[in-house]
Amino acid sequence: MIGATTPAPTLIDGVPAVVSSRFGVEGGHTIDGYRSTGSYKGYEAIRKALDMGPSAVAATVKDATVLGRGGAGFPAGIKWGFTPAGVWPRYIVVNGDESEPGTYKDRVLMERDPHQIIEGCLIAAYAIGAAQVFLYVRGEMAHAQERIAAALNEAYAAGLVGRNILGTNFSVDIVLHWGAGAYIVGEETALIESLEGNRGMPRLKPPFFPAAKGLYLKPTVVNNIETLSNLPWLFNNSVDAYRAIGTDASPGTRLVAVSGHVNNPGVFEIPQGTTTFRELFESPIYGNGIRTGHQLKMFIPGGGSAPWFFPEHVDLPLEGRVIGGEGSMLGSGAIVVMDETTDAVRAALRLARFFARESCGKCTPCREGTTWQEKILQRILDGHGRPSDIDLLLDVGDNISPGPYPVASDAAKGLDAIPYPPKQTTICPLGPSSVAPITSAIRRFRDEFDAKIVKRNLIPVSVESFEDAPTLAESTDHGADTHV
Amino acid sequence: MSRLTPENVELAKQIIRRYPRPKSALIPLCHLAQEQDGHLADDAMVHIGELVGVTSAEVLGTASFYEMFKRHEVGKYCVNICTNISCQLMGGEELLEHAEQTLGIRSGSTTNDGLFTLEDVECIAACTEAPALQVNYRYFHRISNDDFDQMIDELRSGRLDDVVPPHGVLAKVRQDLAEEQIANITPPETQVMPRWIADEAAKNDPAASEGGQA
Repeated sequence: MIGATTPAPTLIDGVPAVVSSRFGVEGGHTIDGYRSTGSYKGYEAIRKALDMGPSAVAATVKDATVLGRGGAGFPAGIKWGFTPAGVWPRYIVVNGDESEPGTYKDRVLMERDPHQIIEGCLIAAYAIGAAQVFLYVRGEMAHAQERIAAALNEAYAAGLVGRNILGTNFSVDIVLHWGAGAYIVGEETALIESLEGNRGMPRLKPPFFPAAKGLYLKPTVVNNIETLSNLPWLFNNSVDAYRAIGTDASPGTRLVAVSGHVNNPGVFEIPQGTTTFRELFESPIYGNGIRTGHQLKMFIPGGGSAPWFFPEHVDLPLEGRVIGGEGSMLGSGAIVVMDETTDAVRAALRLARFFARESCGKCTPCREGTTWQEKILQRILDGHGRPSDIDLLLDVGDNISPGPYPVASDAAKGLDAIPYPPKQTTICPLGPSSVAPITSAIRRFRDEFDAKIVKRNLIPVSVESFEDAPTLAESTDHGADTHV
Repeated sequence: MSRLTPENVELAKQIIRRYPRPKSALIPLCHLAQEQDGHLADDAMVHIGELVGVTSAEVLGTASFYEMFKRHEVGKYCVNICTNISCQLMGGEELLEHAEQTLGIRSGSTTNDGLFTLEDVECIAACTEAPALQVNYRYFHRISNDDFDQMIDELRSGRLDDVVPPHGVLAKVRQDLAEEQIANITPPETQVMPRWIADEAAKNDPAASEGGQA
């Protein structure tokens, strides 16, 4: 049952829990739980926002620099401002299609604190003047759909969503919608296509920037679940309190999922920009050390699309700009830790396979390239690799993302980092992302690839046996490494 | 192979009402049909086309893009084992192999008794709880080989019926949005400034105020 108001849970160094304060609270997902537990009282923020007026609400979000938590890290307040003046209606689409490999945060928010998301939607809709909010939840997340449906039913019944909210002139509908299993639908223009009832294929930008030409070609703001979940805390506190957490460039907190070879994998809320990977891996309140008896080999700092980091990068802070300069990205807060037992080729193949399966097929370099990347890596792992395969992999990657691909530095080899983001020959970043694990693995562990590529088995041909040897015409091996 | 039942047609109409354009309800209605039949039948797609005003080819065109829509019969339980990176590191691929042995089928196929369809799937957002799997999109976390065998036994005997509904059923709680509750379904053709924005604009200097342009 729901207990009395719990004291505001704090993270490290007295930093308050902004979005995760009801994760451990039984009944925290109900409307009563939302109002009585956690680090702030639920549905008070929308009251405050309604007193402020829409432009002041938008200004507050802009001043606080609430960064988008979906991957690109773009400030939400500025994104809202891109909606062109005088064009109505406007829509909000909430992106809950979490499917980036390693990412596990939006599902927790949806399952454990759905009202926090609803209140965030209300604040955003009020600020930009949205007629309708579409909450797009990933199709595979049945429990999250149930929790949000139940929360929306409660909120409508309480007069918090729908007509004349809290007796004011503010009216908005929030519609729960769910997908049907396609990673690419997490890309905002593909999400909009899917919401229009089409195949989830990204649209070309320009002209289809959602803020100007989004859902039904009307101004549309697409925000991530976690981004909107920050708003109730912000309005219950203040811009200054929000900006006091984290760093100047990246204020507030963010959720990270630390998975793989750590003793205590989990979803943690951390202040943005100050925590280092070392703390995340080693601190008892976070990862609690690499698996006992093992050493770190590599880690992914921001989901399957991010170039890999290595042991010498653990002291970097989780700060978007720093990580970008070091050749990777923080993406969706998905940190995957791999120890020395991990086969770099096998890990790269698994990620390559993901992108090959999930490519929507619209752009040729991605559709064909991701498929070949998987095939080539698979044959290397199967022992059928050809000596030219490593260069071929790099060449295929270069066709999807031309030029030097972002990678981490490698001090031992005297190689510098190549900063993020990659260039692209495709409409959306899925194709270029597929190159990340492969380039990272080859640059660092080329020897592992080499070792798997079986060398030609040279049989000494003596003069005596020469006449018994098969002729070229009889031989089935025509020198596999000379062509591809 | 069936069209939507009268009850489901009512539900479908309620769902269509929530969207500014009927075609947006296409994916939700495909889910509804799959809930009714366990898979997405051809006749259901024709019916959905009629309900949202598109051709059945367009319904198929959309539905075939999404892997959750099964256009052929599948088992009562779809067992989806994650083998993506976080689960792979913790033994997801080995778990899949064990599952293939336990069920006696390869990934992508269905047991002869029609109970289980096995699939290896992409990241299901349970990365810290690896290796993870879903049965009809219900999560099972940190699954060992023994856990898997026990789970299959319990599914067979019906002991997990409360937790795992038959394939096709997603959320058991629906958003209940009655017609009289709807506030603002706004088709894109309606060029209306929302009242709270218009009221603020009228209150302030009309030239300087425009909602959202902070």
